[in-house]
Amino acid sequence: MIFQKFAAPKYFYPLAGKCLPWFGWLCVLTLATGLYLGLFVAPPDYQQGETVRIMFIHVPSAWMSMFVYAVMAGAAAIGLVWKIKLTDSFITASAPIGASFTLLALLTGSLWGKPMWGAWWVWDARLTSELILLFLYLGFMSLQSAIDDPRRASRAGAILLLVGVINLPVIHYSVEWWNTLHQPSSVARLDGPRIHSSILIPLLVMMAGFKLFFVSVVLLRMRSIILDNEANSRWLQEQGA
Amino acid sequence: MNWSEFFNMGGYAVYVWGSYLLAAIVLGLNVWLPLRKYHGQQKMIRKKNETTS
Amino acid sequence: MSSHVGLLASWQRVLKRELLLAYRQRNDILTPLIFFIIVISLFPLGVGPEPEILRIIAPGVIWVAALLATLLSLSRLFNNELHDGTLEQLLLTPQPASVLIFAKITSHWLTTGLPLVLISPLLAISLDMSPIALGYTMVTLLLGTPILSLVGAVGAALTLGLRGGGVLLALLILPLYIPVLIFATGAIIATSNGYSAEGQLSLLAAYLILTLIFAPWVTSHALRVSLD
Repeated sequence: MIFQKFAAPKYFYPLAGKCLPWFGWLCVLTLATGLYLGLFVAPPDYQQGETVRIMFIHVPSAWMSMFVYAVMAGAAAIGLVWKIKLTDSFITASAPIGASFTLLALLTGSLWGKPMWGAWWVWDARLTSELILLFLYLGFMSLQSAIDDPRRASRAGAILLLVGVINLPVIHYSVEWWNTLHQPSSVARLDGPRIHSSILIPLLVMMAGFKLFFVSVVLLRMRSIILDNEANSRWLQEQGA
Repeated sequence: MNWSEFFNMGGYAVYVWGSYLLAAIVLGLNVWLPLRKYHGQQKMIRKKNETTS
Repeated sequence: MSSHVGLLASWQRVLKRELLLAYRQRNDILTPLIFFIIVISLFPLGVGPEPEILRIIAPGVIWVAALLATLLSLSRLFNNELHDGTLEQLLLTPQPASVLIFAKITSHWLTTGLPLVLISPLLAISLDMSPIALGYTMVTLLLGTPILSLVGAVGAALTLGLRGGGVLLALLILPLYIPVLIFATGAIIATSNGYSAEGQLSLLAAYLILTLIFAPWVTSHALRVSLD
């Protein structure tokens, strides 16, 4: 009941406004802690040396890129079934953030790969899957921007997200299989970095920081979207600045 | 704390600091662009309220 | 009992009508086929004519060309009905829309996918593929092109009437085509090297069955969204 009340833009807007500073500052605190732990406290890896510190950016980014897509798909399902308009704003607000995480994961993966594998890009299974995920994000964003009618845009986007999220495991599995097919020797198996316990805590802190970052930015973006959508409604004018 | 060693990152300075710089840019843009849009909207609302009141 | 006959009969009726229309617009069918041939021919021109190289890249080349040719042909699926206004009627008939859409997709495959299968031996020979590779190219195309039509239909429905339609459709659908590409080419490469392709072919078959069940239904929803 309460949940449905706050699903109306009129109530969500001030709620988001109140929560935003909390999430924002918590995010800053967590990221600062994570950076300190990652750059100063965590020891260099005996195999990867100092490049292990790239993992503190790469792994949370990659994880968030998939997490955001899954959450978007979940919101899409809820929106299609229960027709809650707020889910549309959430999805539209989340997409650029998820795409940014995907891009960051790819770029940092490449920066990690150059000293480790000797090449700026290799068609490693995980990086290739991440690249395809970027295509899925870009496709979704292109579809939304190509449709003028907001209702059609959100419903079509929702269908595309659901189709994408179902295909995602299939794509991932096929890319994994493809990768082993073309690299039969286990020596050449470009395995992802292994996570030792010494770097686990900074990693988890950074992961939490990225999550808080996502929540903060999504709240901010949703408020902007609500302002756009409800520009002429009375409750907004009563809000003032 | 050996600062020159710290910045050198075992010879991998470009890669490690490059990653952190990219993260700062990506996260920074994700904050700055929506904030700018939001402030712009606030300005417009304020202007609209002034002209109607 | 009578509704069951009704479903099959309406599927047949729509299929027959679609094939008749396709026959009248024969050029629309030939164009993707010619595109398929031209794209494949570009690779020897770009890569060099050495048979050893062509043989290696052949499965990928043929399959990527098949993906692109299918994408090109997808706009045909709903455009006619969109322009003369009968698409809404398709959704309003008493028969479930999925059946009618399935008939359209069947016709699309018969006029786009099947020709690719039939002409593939010629192209396989031009790329110096071994007889086994040629055979499995045909098999994988036979299994895979229906999947391309089915998944493509969803994309065509979502992008109905949008500007930038064809390229946008490609952006949406190509990631979804990737598993088909990987398993099909994997099967051809495996059998060319003497291994079994049972796993890949089973996966393709499973994917085909899943899309057969779900794609027409999702497409009908996507059409409703696009037409509202």
